[in-house]
Formats: sequence, C-alpha cells, structure tokens
Amino acid sequence: MNGAPLIDWDWITRNLDDPIGTRLLEHLYLSFAPLLLGLLLALPLGIACARWRPLYPPVFTGVNVLYAIPSIALFFLLLPYTGFSAWTAIIPLGLYTLAILVPNVVSGLAQVPDHVRQAAVAMGFGPLRRLIQVELPVALPVIVAGLRIAAVATISMVSVASLVGIGGLGQLILTEGFRRQFPTPIVVGIVLSVALAFVVDGLLVLAQRALTPWTRDRDPVARARPRTVGAAKGGNA
Amino acid sequence: MITFEGVTKRYPDGTVAVDELSLELPTGQTTVFVGPSGSGKTTSLRMINRMVEPTSGRIAIDGQDVRDRDPAVLRRSIGYVIQQAGLFPHRTVLDNIATVPLLLGWTRRRARDRARELMEVVGLAPEQAKRYPHQLSGGQQQRVGVARALAADPPVLLMDEPFSAVDPVVRTGLQDELLRLQQELRKTIVFVTHDIDEAVRIGDAVAVFRAGGTLAQFSTPERLLAEPADEFVEEFVGYDRGVRRLSFFPASDLALRGDTVLAAETPSSEASAIARAQGEPWLLAVDAAHRPIGWARALDLDRAAPGSTLGDLATVGYGHVFRVGTDSLRAALDAAVLSPAGRAVGVDEDGKVVGVVAQAELGDALWAVGTDETPPAGAVRP
Ligand SMILES: Nc1ncnc2c1ncn2[C@@H]1O[C@H](COP(=O)(O)OP(=O)(O)OP(=O)(O)O)[C@@H](O)[C@H]1O
Ligand SMILES: [Mg+2]
Repeated sequence: MNGAPLIDWDWITRNLDDPIGTRLLEHLYLSFAPLLLGLLLALPLGIACARWRPLYPPVFTGVNVLYAIPSIALFFLLLPYTGFSAWTAIIPLGLYTLAILVPNVVSGLAQVPDHVRQAAVAMGFGPLRRLIQVELPVALPVIVAGLRIAAVATISMVSVASLVGIGGLGQLILTEGFRRQFPTPIVVGIVLSVALAFVVDGLLVLAQRALTPWTRDRDPVARARPRTVGAAKGGNA
Repeated sequence: MITFEGVTKRYPDGTVAVDELSLELPTGQTTVFVGPSGSGKTTSLRMINRMVEPTSGRIAIDGQDVRDRDPAVLRRSIGYVIQQAGLFPHRTVLDNIATVPLLLGWTRRRARDRARELMEVVGLAPEQAKRYPHQLSGGQQQRVGVARALAADPPVLLMDEPFSAVDPVVRTGLQDELLRLQQELRKTIVFVTHDIDEAVRIGDAVAVFRAGGTLAQFSTPERLLAEPADEFVEEFVGYDRGVRRLSFFPASDLALRGDTVLAAETPSSEASAIARAQGEPWLLAVDAAHRPIGWARALDLDRAAPGSTLGDLATVGYGHVFRVGTDSLRAALDAAVLSPAGRAVGVDEDGKVVGVVAQAELGDALWAVGTDETPPAGAVRP
C-alpha cells in the first residue's frame, strides 16, 4: 500500500459493475435470506414459548448457545454438506438471528395487555384468529425492533462469510483488497456495507410506520421501545 | 332468562370462588352483582359466556345449557364490556366496534355501517371513527366498549365494572346513558360493580354476594334498602340506606302548599297579614311568570316601611328547587335541608312554582314511606 492513494477513483469506475455491483447484490441477498429464515423459525418458536412458558428457558438457552458458536467454525462445519453455495452462509446467519428474534417475539406477545387478550376471548375469537388478528399485530412494534437489530447484525456478519469464499462485500475486501495490497476495494467494501445497514434499517423503520399507524403519536413512554434483547452481545466472528 | 342452578366454581388452587349459586336473571332486565372484592362476581359473570367453566352445577340461557354451545359462537351472541374497555389498540374506533360483526362474517362495508350507527347510539362524534383508542378519553373509550358489545345486537350483555375507572361525573353520565339505552333495547344485562349506589341506580334486581361466593340477598334495589337480609347486607348497603331509599318514591305524592307563595308586588302589610293568618314564618315571593325570587321572613314584613312590597323583603335565597313531576322524595328532602328557610320549593317542568313544603311536613311523608311495604307504581329512578 506504500504511497498509493487510499481511493483510486479510476478503479472504482472500471469495476463499478462487476466486482462492486455484483458483490453488493450478493451481500444483500446473503443478509436478506438469513433474516427471512430466522423470522420463519423465530415466529413459531416464540409463539410456542409465549404460550407454553416452561418451554422458554431451554429455548432461550439454546438460541444463545447457537449464537456463541463462532460463525467461521459453523461455515467450515457446513462446507462438506453445502459446499460453496449460499446455504453455507444462510443457515448459520439465520440461526444467529434467533438469539435476537425469539426473545423479541416472546416479549412482544407478553406485553399484549391482559385486558385486550381477555376482550378478544370474550368477543369470540378462536385461539388462531386471536393470535393473527390481535396478538401479533399488537406485538409487531417489538418484533420489528428485534428485526432491526438482527438485520444490522447480519449485514455486518455476512462479510465474514467471504472468508470461506461465499461472496458478498467481504469478498471484495478480501480478494480484491487484502490479497493484492490495494486499499480502494477495502474502503469501498466498508462504506457500502455500512450504507447497506443504514438503508435496510431505514426501510424497516418505514415499514413499521406503515404497518403500525396506531403507534405513531403515542406518548413516548407508552410507545413500544425497541428491545435490546440480544443486542448487547458482541459481534460474532 | 339466565339461570344458575347450584353453580360452584373451585379454582385449581382450591379457592372456592362461587359456592352453590342459584339465581334467575329475568330477560330484558338489568341484574346487578354487587359485593366486596373477591366475592365471586367476575367468576359468576364469566361462567355465563364460558370464559370460566363451573366445577359443578348448570348455567342456562333461555333453558339451553351454555355447555351445549361452542364457546366462540356462544360468545359472539353475548356482549361483553370490561373495566379498561379492553379495546384493541391497533384498530380504529370504527373497526373496534365492527369486531363481532366481522367475526360473524358480515361484509366489511356492512359491519362498518353498523359500527357508524352504534357510534351515534352511544353518543360518539363521527369524527372519532378514524381515531385509535389511545387518542380517546377514558369515558369515550368506555362508550366504544359499550358500542362494540352491542354491535351484533346480542340479547345478553355482560358488564364487569364498566364504569369504575372513570371519574364520578363521567360515571354518572355513562350510567344515565346506559339507563336510556336499556329503555330502548331491553337487553338482558348482567352488571358487576362493588359500588352499591351504582347497583341501586342501574339495577332492576340486585344480587349481593358475600365473601366465599355465596348469595347474601337477591331483591329489587328498593327492597334491598328497606329490608337488608342480615347484618352483612345492612353494613354493605350503608347505614344511610333510609335516606337513599327515598330515591324510589316520587315527590309528586307530597302535599305542597301554595298559600304561602305570593306575587312580589304584594304590599308588605298584606303579606304580613297572610303570614300571620297562616301562622307561617316564611313567605315565598314569585315573579310575574310564577318563578321563585326568594324567601321573606314574616318578622321583617311586620317591621317593613309602609309602601314596600314582598319582593323588596324577599332577600333570602330559595336554594335549589325540586321538580315535582320527576324528582324523588330524596331530592325534595335535600332541597328542604339546604334551604335557609327550612322549606323546599317544588317547580314544574317550566320552572314555575307549584308549591312549597316545610321540613316538618316532609317528615310525615318520609315516615309514611318508612312504613309502606311496596313502592308506589311508577317509582322514580334515583
Ligand atoms: N384464575 C384464578 N385462579 C385462582 N383463583 C382465582 C382465579 N380467579 C379468581 N380467583 C379467586 O376467586 C375469588 C373470586 O374472584 P372474582 O374475581 O370472581 O371476585 P370479584 O368478586 O370479581 O372481585 P373484585 O370485586 O375484586 O373484582 C377470589 O378469591 C380470587 O382470588
Ligand atoms: Mg371482579
């Protein structure tokens, strides 16, 4: 890196399409898919834990233990089965989101006021309808708060996946930058992945606003605060 | 008619919440469950819509055992209102009210039309349709709760302390509204409260529960105040029950006197002569429209300057009046007690004086009520 400028604009223009654009799209896909997988698993798990409380402590421990496994180790563990396909990244990253999403689903459902639940029963909602039409919508702000934390965490963790050659912006940093001692791709990779995190977070905020118009002008105390369950945990490498 | 036959509820922890309850709640009437905290009122109420299942005994609506019906379907035919209203925070006022019709499979449009209709019935402004529950006052939320319970026009309405979370003024307003609604709708209402005044005001019949979930007394409000079944009920209804019971007797039965009510222009000397002839220490001056001006003391009339009129001397305020046609004996007594002249002024609907009654004369009427076994037909509401 001696003497070379930090940013080589020329390189960026030449590679805008191929490595940069491709890697960005890969990164987006590799973040989005685990989130979706995580949400699909966390919803039934969280709902089950909220309904049958004794289930929660073991599940909570389980998802936390999963989170404690270094991602790199999981990637290598999966390689023999899934090869260099996207699944090698999606499965571990999806499992990591559970540590954030499951507690949020549970606490979201737990904070549905008892009188609201009772009223739903008294109106003649069956259990499934009550869940879908009353409990989940009321829990939504807390669930989305968890989703925001999980999204940012996943976007940052996807970079690690490149260490095993799966793609994403990490690949840009590693192969184009680090291996060739060329700083521009590293800077571009970092800037883009931070920007991606911002944009996705912003989109989730907008989505929540659209989905929960009823929380918009609540006093700040009553408004569902974003839960930071699981967020305090350090990054995962 | 809702029937409880030997109903007992024992919770898994061993608490007996309701013990061998047998009760008949007549169709189209309001029955109030009243009693101290923990006496099993809510449990009894919730056994009607199967939110709680009895341990033994049977509950039937119009002869049909509630256990023969699917709980969700049964509940859609029974309105339910609770203390914090239990409104859905994520739904607008309109959609909250439309809840049960939508569950019953009505089209959204029809359900919303019905909801709009009910907003009017319970006195909510149409602008509030698009609001969310947290944007309403407690009283308004409670109205939405009542509208939601009524939306599918259920024959039965269960209300568990619906008005106890709002301030007394709003509560009285909501009670009046409920009484007015019930005049029209004639639902079978079961109303839980631990406020005996509310019970007596709202109920056609009152069931007093005691700790342990047994029935202490079941009777009309008036009988409850006249003849508490035992020491417990007597203490529960309060030792001022005598005065409160007067609410059930119309003031129109009072013998009012009109001979001490004179026009303000009457010369003092003439008024003085009348007072002396009647042996009355106070005369009421009225204006040309026969509305009250104030009381004049007979002693002052004797000493009045020549040429003065009754109106000049009527300087003592007449306090608050009672309406002869609609008020109760309690209102008349209250007016007499608060009047500086010790006399209550009775007026008609236009505020014209019908006559006056002194505390002493009221006493006779009250005593007659005390010995009367049944309240007169057309007894007034408190
Ligand atoms: N789910 C439950 N499990 C165990 N005990 C219960 C349960 N619900 C109520 N109880 C008990 O049953 C008794 C009657 O309760 P209930 O709620 O019917 O009283 P209440 O008359 O409505 O009282 P309040 O005026 O305080 O509302 C109480 O002792 C209460 O603690
Ligand atoms: Mg209760």
